Amino acid sequence: MVNGYSIRDIKDGLQKGHFTAEEIFKKYSEKIRKENKKINAYLSVFDYQKPKLEIRNSTLEIPPLAAVPCAIKDNILLEGKRATAGSKILKNYISSYDAMVIKKLKKRGVAFLGKTNLDEFAMGSSTENSAYGVTKNPYDPTRVPGGSSGGSAAAVAADLAVFALGSDTGGSIRQPASLCGVVGLKPTYGRVSRHGLIALASSLDQIGPITKNVYDSALVLGAIAGHDIFDSTTVPEVVPDYTKNLGKDIKGLRVGVPKEFFGEGLEDEVNEKVQESISKLKNLGCEIVDISLPHAKYALAAYYIIVPCEASANLARFDGIRYGHSSKEAKTLLDTYLESRSEGFGAEPKRRIMLGTYALSSGYYDAYYLKAQKIRALIKKDFDDAFKKVDIIVGPTSPSVAFKIGEKASDPLSLYLSDIYTVPINLVGIPALSLPCGNGRESNLPVGFQVIGRPFDEETVLRVSYQLEQAII
Amino acid sequence: MISDKEIKHIAELARIRITEKEEKGLKKDLSSILEYIDKLNEVDTTGVEPLYQTTGLIDSFRSDEPRGEFKMDKNLNEKLVGQAPHKKNRFIKVKSVLERKK
Repeated sequence: MVNGYSIRDIKDGLQKGHFTAEEIFKKYSEKIRKENKKINAYLSVFDYQKPKLEIRNSTLEIPPLAAVPCAIKDNILLEGKRATAGSKILKNYISSYDAMVIKKLKKRGVAFLGKTNLDEFAMGSSTENSAYGVTKNPYDPTRVPGGSSGGSAAAVAADLAVFALGSDTGGSIRQPASLCGVVGLKPTYGRVSRHGLIALASSLDQIGPITKNVYDSALVLGAIAGHDIFDSTTVPEVVPDYTKNLGKDIKGLRVGVPKEFFGEGLEDEVNEKVQESISKLKNLGCEIVDISLPHAKYALAAYYIIVPCEASANLARFDGIRYGHSSKEAKTLLDTYLESRSEGFGAEPKRRIMLGTYALSSGYYDAYYLKAQKIRALIKKDFDDAFKKVDIIVGPTSPSVAFKIGEKASDPLSLYLSDIYTVPINLVGIPALSLPCGNGRESNLPVGFQVIGRPFDEETVLRVSYQLEQAII
Repeated sequence: MISDKEIKHIAELARIRITEKEEKGLKKDLSSILEYIDKLNEVDTTGVEPLYQTTGLIDSFRSDEPRGEFKMDKNLNEKLVGQAPHKKNRFIKVKSVLERKK
């Protein structure tokens, strides 16, 4: 569906001797050099580095991810390379270690093309909040790629990378994947280590793959998932081979369609494509079940308390002392904090830190943070109850197709509403994938179909997505 | 609507210096977001246990042994302390915390 090489194409090409690892890397580097200024997907690009591949046995079979050129969102640490988190406060920060996901990908021989653009500290749904300029949607450069992993999604969509890693706290992998017509997967919270991910909201953040097809998504997930002694929120559960059962049919699978995901605000052309996909699932033998998630309508409000609260704590480390920007105007210790943070942070981080500080402050904690976490429990119960009746839940990923740059920038609240279908999933910690399901009839822009599963049931999410993908092509 | 006094207090807690212009914008933005969030009061949450994390993991311990991944040596020290905007040798420099009494 998406042009250029898939992960399997790279393996194929290497195996048949069509190109070497260095040649394919340089082909992508050259393309980035020519095209990146048009879309601003990459913040930094790397030279070719021969991968130190751990080859398990002596067969001549090339391991599936060896030499595959990928892009990494700039809030994931790659040792020795700049990591800006899309902010001026980390303009010159050089990562002092590899994130666990990077360590794992290095072991597989993956090649890193560069770091991609994002909304500052992953706060945003359009990449307009980046301190390094917006990324343009490859389908229409007057429109946003979505966010916060806009750079990663645009890079994959424009074939400036074979796959990318993004991070998702409220939809930041799935929504840009939807707006750019690529596949984006947010794993179950605890499935992938957050060690080396610049934290936004510690109870919600997850790293995940952005790929050209579902098979690639399954492959990358298998490579990055697993327990990590450096992240105590990762689970000890074994990582299965996510590619193994993709081809197994989905006859008899119960698919839940929540009425709350089809209310006001959903654009007609998006709904049309989503309904078509639901029909295709029916034709594949699935049982379509109407369900209700009564507390889903409170998810966005709960999210916009929880995230600023956790973010205000996570961003306290940017103090002008240990790393990052330090103000030259500072005369006292207090000034160091006040001025460095004032100069270094953009408007959205300031907004959210202020909101979070307020909500956690004495006298307000119960009314806001505690209340939001109770609502979160009720939302989880809705999903638990639903998963007693169905195996998968589906709906739109985003209420609209890619919007124009600047359209929502003046009203933060309207931008927050783009996340209305993705946010409940993060609060509950379950896995979800956005699959391209065709272009909208009016705009001819990509529409994303969201496939949501039970905790740690990425296998079913991927299988349903794979089967649907084959039916759509 | 958040008061001027509250905005100043929050900014102090958050350790961010807010300009007067930013103050106006923040008052407006924060007030409108808090108004939206108010809808949570529609829900009766009496007796509901808050959900802080979704994995259900409790007491994620590991053995009390060095993890071996990060060996503190000159190399690592340089990578870490090397990032500090103000440093001296292998130490991070900060402005004085306590005032010297004359």
